[in-house]
Amino acid sequence: MAAPTDRRYTRTHEWVLVEGDVATMGVTDHAQNELGDITYLELPDPGTEVEATKPLGVVESVKAASDVYSPVDGEIVERNDAILDSPEVVNSSPYEGAWLVKIRLANPAQVEDLMDADAYDVYEKESAV
Amino acid sequence: MAVEPLIFDLASPGRRAIRMPEPDVPETALPAGMARESLAWPEVSEIDVIRHFTRLSQKNHAIDINFYPLGSCTMKYNPKVNEAVARYPGFAGIHPYQPEATVQGAMELMSELQAMLAEISGFHAVTLQPAAGAHGELTGVLIIRDFHADRGDTARNTILVPDSAHGTNPATAVMAGFKVETVPSNSRGNVDIKALRPMLGPHIAGLMITNPNTLGLWDEGIDEVIGLVHEAGGLVYNDGANFNAILGIARPGDLGIDVMHFNLHKTFSTPHGGGGPGSGPVGVRAGLEDYLPGPRVRTIAEDTGPRYEWFMPERSIGRLHSFHGNFGMHVRAYTYIRMHGAAGLRRVSEDAVLAANYLKSQLSDDYVVPYDRSCMHEFVASASRQKANGVKAVDIAKRLLDFGIHPPTTYFPLVVPECLMMEPTETESIETLDSFVVAMKQIARESAETPEIVRSAPHTTAFKRFDEAGANRRLNLRWEPEHSQVVPSESVIGEVERILEAVPAD
Repeated sequence: MAAPTDRRYTRTHEWVLVEGDVATMGVTDHAQNELGDITYLELPDPGTEVEATKPLGVVESVKAASDVYSPVDGEIVERNDAILDSPEVVNSSPYEGAWLVKIRLANPAQVEDLMDADAYDVYEKESAV
Repeated sequence: MAVEPLIFDLASPGRRAIRMPEPDVPETALPAGMARESLAWPEVSEIDVIRHFTRLSQKNHAIDINFYPLGSCTMKYNPKVNEAVARYPGFAGIHPYQPEATVQGAMELMSELQAMLAEISGFHAVTLQPAAGAHGELTGVLIIRDFHADRGDTARNTILVPDSAHGTNPATAVMAGFKVETVPSNSRGNVDIKALRPMLGPHIAGLMITNPNTLGLWDEGIDEVIGLVHEAGGLVYNDGANFNAILGIARPGDLGIDVMHFNLHKTFSTPHGGGGPGSGPVGVRAGLEDYLPGPRVRTIAEDTGPRYEWFMPERSIGRLHSFHGNFGMHVRAYTYIRMHGAAGLRRVSEDAVLAANYLKSQLSDDYVVPYDRSCMHEFVASASRQKANGVKAVDIAKRLLDFGIHPPTTYFPLVVPECLMMEPTETESIETLDSFVVAMKQIARESAETPEIVRSAPHTTAFKRFDEAGANRRLNLRWEPEHSQVVPSESVIGEVERILEAVPAD
């Protein structure tokens, strides 16, 4: 699945979609594909301060438990509680239903440093062995 | 292969295997509240029990059935002489509450096993108490914590863990109250020294390294890694899970490692997995022996010969296990070491490394082998080439079941995508290794030509693919028979606590 062009991407396979000063984030189709069936998510409470490139939560699959990294600095303003009960949505709809958290941006310029969809598609292909 | 019913489904009311003799002492009523009204109990005859468990054992894979190259687990053959010695009445029939004078032989064995493990690894002192590898890790990291705390060095709150370490290492550090930071590997699979340097400082309590690491590689910069951590005031813990690669060749204590655990159930041939409890002794360098868990055994020289006694080390981190650890495993490991001798143990590692390198060279045309170096006792391959055809590591693992072979470890370490981690051990013949190569080559061919056969494997087992995601999402860890009344009441719990309090501490 080609990465949607309306958002930006991290090297650790998260996506981030900015509306105003709030960024919605999730994991990419490549990430869910590599992880396999997702069984459990651990996400921060609203109000938590997060920092770019630092772990923000955990996504657990039948294969492994992996950290999810924050793409930006900021504060969690909303968490997708519905997805905690149905983690399989991360597999079926990584870019739409499976947003994980919304972050109020502390430093909106950070988003510009992330990859756009074209760059991410190239990066994803190169990062496969 | 038929599905085996639960033993409860085989039950018939009143059927039994054992008939108790008439009591020859007066019957005494149980304390109030401790008598159970009913008990869900499978009422079966002896032949039902024997057939049920024999059939179950035949459905399982075991090292006594066929090849078991489960990387990182060192599934070597467990010699039957270990079992014979562990069953000597003087070992199997004793009780830890017996007076010291009546268990001197068992204490002598423990004392000698500690000394042998210390000599093999280059450490000053060894405890046999921990019951598993991760338990040994916790022991070691608690020793590191107390060592710093005793010197008032309380700012050291972080443990570094390379990304090629065992998955239990970061969990252990967190259990002991530390923060964990991950050190990346470089392109040769070694700890990335450039990345390590800026991570060190007065907040570092230590580094937990697995060497040889989970890629099956000896860290070529180990001297520098140890030196840098020591310079920063930290201690170095070595996860000894991969010790099978270096017996009689290198001693971690000589390298400057401060603390290490041994896995008797890997390196020293005691049963691994469901076959028996584990045992994870810990060795420490001179200066740390006072922190070891107790009670420990020590030797007192007397005119009539040595006498053994228990003692609690001065600054002991405390007890990590009831009594003295899994003693039956100490007997087996002791037997293994004495059967091999020093030269034999070196040969164990030489053959384990040779077998792994043989498999690696035989499979490198068919599978991607990401690190172009000779390996130690295990190596990692990747199914990334097969994945282009929709065949993943998990599919290859399942297909191996059709050949009667236990799959390698899959998807670990995480630094290699579609990872297959293979450890043949020294106990397999060239014919067994070759039959594995034939199977793996056939699977590679199928992945290219008829991938559906691999994707839908296994084809010969009682069950095919399980709904692993469903099992994880709807976890049920405690199956109970119908009409079970096994939850004790508050009064019963109180009664048990009173009885336990009355038991004298040793």
